[in-house]
Amino acid sequence: MENNEQTLLKEFAPQLERTSIQGYIWILFLICVIGIGVFAFIQQVTKGHEVTGMRDNVVWGIYIVNFIFFMGVSYAGALISGTLHLFKTAWRKPVIRMAEFITIISLLIGPGYILLCIGRLDKLYYLVLFGRIQSPITWDVIAISTDIFGCFIFLYLALLRDLANMRDFEELQLPKWRKKFYKIIALGYTGTDEQKKRLERATDIMAAMVIAIAIIVYSVLAWIFSVTLQPGWHSTIFGPYFVIAAVYSGSAVLILAMWFFRKVYHLEKYITKKHFVAVGVIMLVLAAFFGYFTFSDYLTKWYGSEKNDELLIQLLFKEFYWPFIISNYIGVLLPLIVVGIAKFRTITNITITAVVVIIALWLNRYLIVVPTLQSPYLPIQDSRIEWSIYSSTWVEWSLTAAGIALFCLLFTIASKFIPIVTIAGNTQETKSEDVLV
Amino acid sequence: MEEQGTNKNSRRQFLKKGLLAGAGVAVGGGILTVNAGKPAGESGEKVKVMTTKGEIMEVDKAMLKLPRVSIAESHHGIPGKKFVMVIDLGKCKNARKCVEGCQRGHHLPKSQEFMKVYLLQDAEKTSPYWFPKPCFHCDNPLCVSVCPVGATFKRTDGIVLIDNNRCIGCKFCMTGCPYSTRVFAWKHYPEFDEDKEPYSPEASSPGKEGTVSKCDFCPDLIRVGKVPYCVSACPMGVIYFGDVDEDTVTNGTETFQFSELIRDRAGYRYLEVLGTRPCVYYLPPVERQFPVDRGFNDLDVSVKNRYINTPYAKKHKL
Repeated sequence: MENNEQTLLKEFAPQLERTSIQGYIWILFLICVIGIGVFAFIQQVTKGHEVTGMRDNVVWGIYIVNFIFFMGVSYAGALISGTLHLFKTAWRKPVIRMAEFITIISLLIGPGYILLCIGRLDKLYYLVLFGRIQSPITWDVIAISTDIFGCFIFLYLALLRDLANMRDFEELQLPKWRKKFYKIIALGYTGTDEQKKRLERATDIMAAMVIAIAIIVYSVLAWIFSVTLQPGWHSTIFGPYFVIAAVYSGSAVLILAMWFFRKVYHLEKYITKKHFVAVGVIMLVLAAFFGYFTFSDYLTKWYGSEKNDELLIQLLFKEFYWPFIISNYIGVLLPLIVVGIAKFRTITNITITAVVVIIALWLNRYLIVVPTLQSPYLPIQDSRIEWSIYSSTWVEWSLTAAGIALFCLLFTIASKFIPIVTIAGNTQETKSEDVLV
Repeated sequence: MEEQGTNKNSRRQFLKKGLLAGAGVAVGGGILTVNAGKPAGESGEKVKVMTTKGEIMEVDKAMLKLPRVSIAESHHGIPGKKFVMVIDLGKCKNARKCVEGCQRGHHLPKSQEFMKVYLLQDAEKTSPYWFPKPCFHCDNPLCVSVCPVGATFKRTDGIVLIDNNRCIGCKFCMTGCPYSTRVFAWKHYPEFDEDKEPYSPEASSPGKEGTVSKCDFCPDLIRVGKVPYCVSACPMGVIYFGDVDEDTVTNGTETFQFSELIRDRAGYRYLEVLGTRPCVYYLPPVERQFPVDRGFNDLDVSVKNRYINTPYAKKHKL
């Protein structure tokens, strides 16, 4: 088995050793996008939040949407990798590392967006200094920091065997500092029976913990909205709804990442159609759940037709017609059709569906945040159009693009340091791969 | 403390006198309590000022500059008080003097209104009315519950204040408030610089970029025995201010027993169903002193445009 791991690592070595010209162009492009975002951020800090599209009625805009989105993707990564690990799913090895990377990277970016909404970043430490436990924001601060901590431990445990592999693999042509880096972070793991046993136990515990934490954290995030009295937010379904939507979006991001790395690093041998279908089926199940929750939420609002709920639904079906259709109809039905019907089930189709699902879920969050703020209890009476109707500015869009670029950049860099496919123990399951699919 | 004691005594005296003379005693130009004897901190130097009724009167110079309490002190309410506001919708004609008076008093830019005037119409067939809306200073304030740093707080006298030195600008309170009361400083407005005094949450001034602010019931004015800016600025006497425990409210010209006023005029609180328990009461828009249309007179185009999308304005092509 050790030999197998060595051969595998040899195969993945070019990925770690060299970066192609296209790779450098890609990285440069991402840095440029991030650079524009930094410029936009400086504008926002120096000129005030007036440069954004947010105003007194719509106080939260696409920053919060991005925050919910990235956090969702992250929890999804945690839930998917945790569950796959706990159930010892046979086909997990080639994709689980990506899910773990998705978790950590989006977890690093997500909270950044909430900082962009904060009017006085210079007083951010007050959250710790004067934190009040009554406030859902404090719950969120505690929950997210716990989550970051838990996910880092989980990822680290999952990486340890491969880090040791890379340290021990002498043929790897890497600069000295990187070899030293692997040596330090591998923590002297040599794969003795005792070490293996302990590592397995720890990983199992963390996998279970990460699932629990992810559910709690995302519910807390949903409660930020549902504890308020605003029409459309004040809903008991929001906790589970957000969790389902999060895992749903995460499964789509995972499919996209699989497609991307399969192409770039030529992993056709390891990531096969089976994997796409397997994750696709997860996506399909979640699509059904997501559709059910969405329907349930809007049906009760519409049927009872309380005045403000009715106004909100009118707004959704007029001003927000297309986003509503894309997010809550196409975003639900497309995976059911494409993955549900066998003849549509190709890698390309599943990937396109995943892209649509990602867009649909981003829009879903937009439709949760913005229309509610645009239809408060007291009608907005303002002659200034930008104070009554939210429209995001270039600053907000550049920072959104910068976040996505940072996600891609960190993913690319991570894949240069650590093989994107789990090497340790990868071979042992190849025989049983046909079990599920 | 000494000054507060004086106010308290004089208010009792005033109440006695008021009760003897019956409800409806005229009090000079928006002065909440008449100070009997020489109040503490009087300089002796007199200056002439014009009251809201256009009369010239002499006041002590020290009275013009409002003393400001420190941030720590502002967390404690004025002892023995529980403030309340009553707004008579039958008298409002959207003169907007309350808005302007408030903005001047708090050094606010045009784009920030602590007091807003809405044109509301509850149902298609019901009559529209002008609806001045300050902060409701709820007894169950969601904005206070959700604040992560304790920047907004409820005092013993019922007032909900914001300390903008503490506020981190997360705007959660703005989404928490179901009445769209709170405003955010989206940039540094030049008006903030007009105020050279040190900041006090009781004055809500000077404002600060990136923080939330709102109507504060003007505790700095109350401390010197005056009524809030909106009350004294209103030419129609729409807004009454007072104390629940003393059971009096005044608009500067008329004084009523609060409980009687609410009973006789069917006072109510806006959106009672939300359970926020506001400290602002409304008297229904009956026995109107002005037709609703009058509210459209003499308005800036930008202000008038606020109401053009209301069902009433659309119907009557105003």
